[in-house]
Amino acid sequence: MTVNKFNLPDVGEGLTEAEIVSWKVKAGDTVAVNDVLCEIETAKSLVELPSPYAGTVTELLVPEGVTVDVGTPIISVSDAGPGAPAPAAATPAAAAATPAAAAAPEATELEAPEPAPMYGTLEPGTAEPVDAGGPPAGGPLVGSGPKADAVKRRRRISAPASPALPAAVSPAVSAAPAAAASVAPSAEPVESHDIWIDPDAVVRAERPAPAPAGTAEGTIDQRPTLGGAISGLVNRVLAKPPVRKIARDLGIDLADVVPTGARGEVTREDLVSYQAQRDAEVDRADSFWGKTGRPQAQRIERIPVKGVRKATARAMVESAFAAPHVSIFVDVDASRTMEFVKRLKASRDFEGIKVSPLLILAKAVIWAAARNPSVNASWVDAEDGSDSAEIHVKHFMNLGIAAATPRGLMVPNIKNAQDLSLKELALALNELATTARAGKTQPAQMQGGTLTVTNIGALGIDTGTPIINPGEVAIVAFGTIKQKPWVLDGEVIPRWITTLGGSFDHRVVDGDLSARFMADVASILEEPALLLD
Amino acid sequence: MGATHLPATEFDGTGVDDQLEAQAEAVLGDPDVPMVQLLRPDGTLGTDPVFSAYAERLDAGKLRGFYADMAKIRRFDVEATALQRQGQLALWVPLTGQEAAQIGSGRASQPQDYIFPTYREHGVALTRDVDLAELLRQFRGVSNGGWNPKDTNFHLYTLVLAAQTPHAVGYAMGIQRDQKRAAADGTDAARKPKAAVMVYFGDGASSEGDVHESMVFASSFNAPVVFFCQNNHWAISVPTAVQTRIPLSNRAKGYGFPGIRVDGNDVIAVHAVTEWALERAREGKSPVLIEAFTYRVGAHTTADDPTKYRGSDEEAQWRAKDPLERLEKYLRAQGLADDAFFDQVKADGDDLAAYVRRTIHDLGSPDIRTAFANTYAEAHPLVAEELAWFEEYSAGFEPDAGQEAGAGQHETDGATRR
Repeated sequence: MTVNKFNLPDVGEGLTEAEIVSWKVKAGDTVAVNDVLCEIETAKSLVELPSPYAGTVTELLVPEGVTVDVGTPIISVSDAGPGAPAPAAATPAAAAATPAAAAAPEATELEAPEPAPMYGTLEPGTAEPVDAGGPPAGGPLVGSGPKADAVKRRRRISAPASPALPAAVSPAVSAAPAAAASVAPSAEPVESHDIWIDPDAVVRAERPAPAPAGTAEGTIDQRPTLGGAISGLVNRVLAKPPVRKIARDLGIDLADVVPTGARGEVTREDLVSYQAQRDAEVDRADSFWGKTGRPQAQRIERIPVKGVRKATARAMVESAFAAPHVSIFVDVDASRTMEFVKRLKASRDFEGIKVSPLLILAKAVIWAAARNPSVNASWVDAEDGSDSAEIHVKHFMNLGIAAATPRGLMVPNIKNAQDLSLKELALALNELATTARAGKTQPAQMQGGTLTVTNIGALGIDTGTPIINPGEVAIVAFGTIKQKPWVLDGEVIPRWITTLGGSFDHRVVDGDLSARFMADVASILEEPALLLD
Repeated sequence: MGATHLPATEFDGTGVDDQLEAQAEAVLGDPDVPMVQLLRPDGTLGTDPVFSAYAERLDAGKLRGFYADMAKIRRFDVEATALQRQGQLALWVPLTGQEAAQIGSGRASQPQDYIFPTYREHGVALTRDVDLAELLRQFRGVSNGGWNPKDTNFHLYTLVLAAQTPHAVGYAMGIQRDQKRAAADGTDAARKPKAAVMVYFGDGASSEGDVHESMVFASSFNAPVVFFCQNNHWAISVPTAVQTRIPLSNRAKGYGFPGIRVDGNDVIAVHAVTEWALERAREGKSPVLIEAFTYRVGAHTTADDPTKYRGSDEEAQWRAKDPLERLEKYLRAQGLADDAFFDQVKADGDDLAAYVRRTIHDLGSPDIRTAFANTYAEAHPLVAEELAWFEEYSAGFEPDAGQEAGAGQHETDGATRR
């Protein structure tokens, strides 16, 4: 029986990592070549991975939702029939080990150097026993460059033109990555490293390098090179000047760092992750507040801003600074809405359909927008930069619903919501929410919105000042609905009260119009029967 | 409404009596017909005053061959895409949707013609008998090319947009001069069939200056070249509307040679138009611009995600114009092919896919010595010196009988030996 492992490929040009979004197979399943194994999300797109092997899935090596580096084994497929025992080596921990750690067993290969290719290294990055019968000849490409393989052999003669750096020939120092890697949490997702950055150089500079591992492995030069050709020539660590400066400031010897950059270059990320590892060794058990003794400058967690968070930030800044916001609020007695929702839930026609006050609000917003069309518009600056801007009033409603999703804040919209009956709208809202919660919202679903509703009430909040979704001029915040004392015909009685908040782009929507729009929305919540007019 | 006629170009209606433009329009027939189409999406055959004659030359065998080629290259495309997703190729450039444009034009060329492709002309490569497994070498990153263009008259893929168009015109001018000299000398070469050059590019590349320069030269020197533009509507994420406001084929008028827009999903029309254009070019009448109106159904490359810039309704619209489906309908309706034929085509496609998959695993890494060997045509002392140094350097890795004591000693051993 041969167990083949499939390493995460670079499906774009120069991608370094991807998230396993969902598995389409499970252990024990029979797969054919090109059957879809899983769906991964890269920085560029969602992509399905077809199986390179035919056989039986023995194990999924990376759980869903975890981001792993290109080159990490993600699944093992055995070419034997089902029921064959999985080899002991195929545990997730061993499989997901960092490249440096995985390279350690290769020490034995030093005695019998194989004719490695001189460039465009195509060997698999790991040499685990199960791979023995693995890819012939070139083997799979694991990336277009970002990850160089660990050196498996080294030259016995130093090149005449390349005086070796003291650090590079010191066994103690070159053993460090192996030592560091071996204590690293092997199956840990890439993004969950504690990124405690230490900006203080001096303290670190005085720290001794970690002790050698004490075995034969201690003498192995772990620095990856491009088949040894380029960095072997100059026999020194490759890194860009800014990275060298950071390393010097942090007191890190670049030779200790496992490089992942092109041509075996140490990147800034490598330094960050090395530093995180160093700190993790010192205070792994730290609670959230960090060690009290440490200077506060060392107790700041730095989280890279990327993906949806980055897009949200950009959109919010763009909107908040480009569109002069005016916000107004109104308290509404939504008791009749609550009754209406209750009746809908009980009605046979709405059986099995989730009905919430948000449905009535959505309907109210559509109704009110038709009576005050300027809120359903966009401000369009002239393309040539002149001040001849236009206001585009949309005679259709693509109703955006702000949704907190696993991927961050998304605003998918319901296209042509004005044409939907109450029931169709309820179905559309449910589908939109389900898709968003599953993280499957497609870019097209988020484009072309004309007006947005944000349901902050779902989180128990009364109201807030929403920021307009860029490209629109109005947004309605729906606060929580709760029982409050309310004065009706001179008597204080408990009623279901909510607060509506609205923000409007003052370039397009003046105060009176925004007020009329909000009053219209409120009137529907107070008396949903008005929808029948 | 004052003006009933909106000018198609800035120069329209300026009263310039352009003889060449008139000629071009005469050849094209009614200028109001925007596109040459013979095989309609529903699989019925239409007529064209000029090109029907060319279509009539196609017998049943040729039509079946077109279908087999298109199906084969589509299957190959699927396999190559999967191989990229499996880490066996660094990148893949899918062609799905453009099969008719490529097979139709490629099959219209003759062996003596010379073809300059971009990087997506896998279908044309098939018609020129390029080994498709060889074609993958470049996408695996183990070769700068992959095949010998002299064997097939199919030039290596050019990755720089439009860079191949000046090369093609230069090559065509070379053919022109060779023929002239051969005629003057009265040698055997004069009796060889005349050749032309066909150069492929896309709607995006049409905006490159190289294309303009090439067309000026081609026109000025009346070079035997056919410009074959596959307008697949998307230059990665940029729609054709950003490249041009008029049909791309209209641009030919400005250079003074005919430009024809043909339904790029109609293999019969593409073949007819290309055959006509190549005949015209070989005879030295003029260059021709063909705009094959088609659609890239898939992504620009495997590193692209088209859902980010275009709607699925647009893709669905074009899927309905699928080049294979309409030819299949026609073949079946005319009784030119049966189920057995289509089953065989499918089996052949799977064989090709299996062959490619098998071969890709055996594509070895090239020897770096070839880089030294291919730097100059003749021996060069500096290169020889560098090669010698490299040989000595790599010899340092060879296992040495007395030196098996362990890795740790190697460094010191090396130091003492020096």
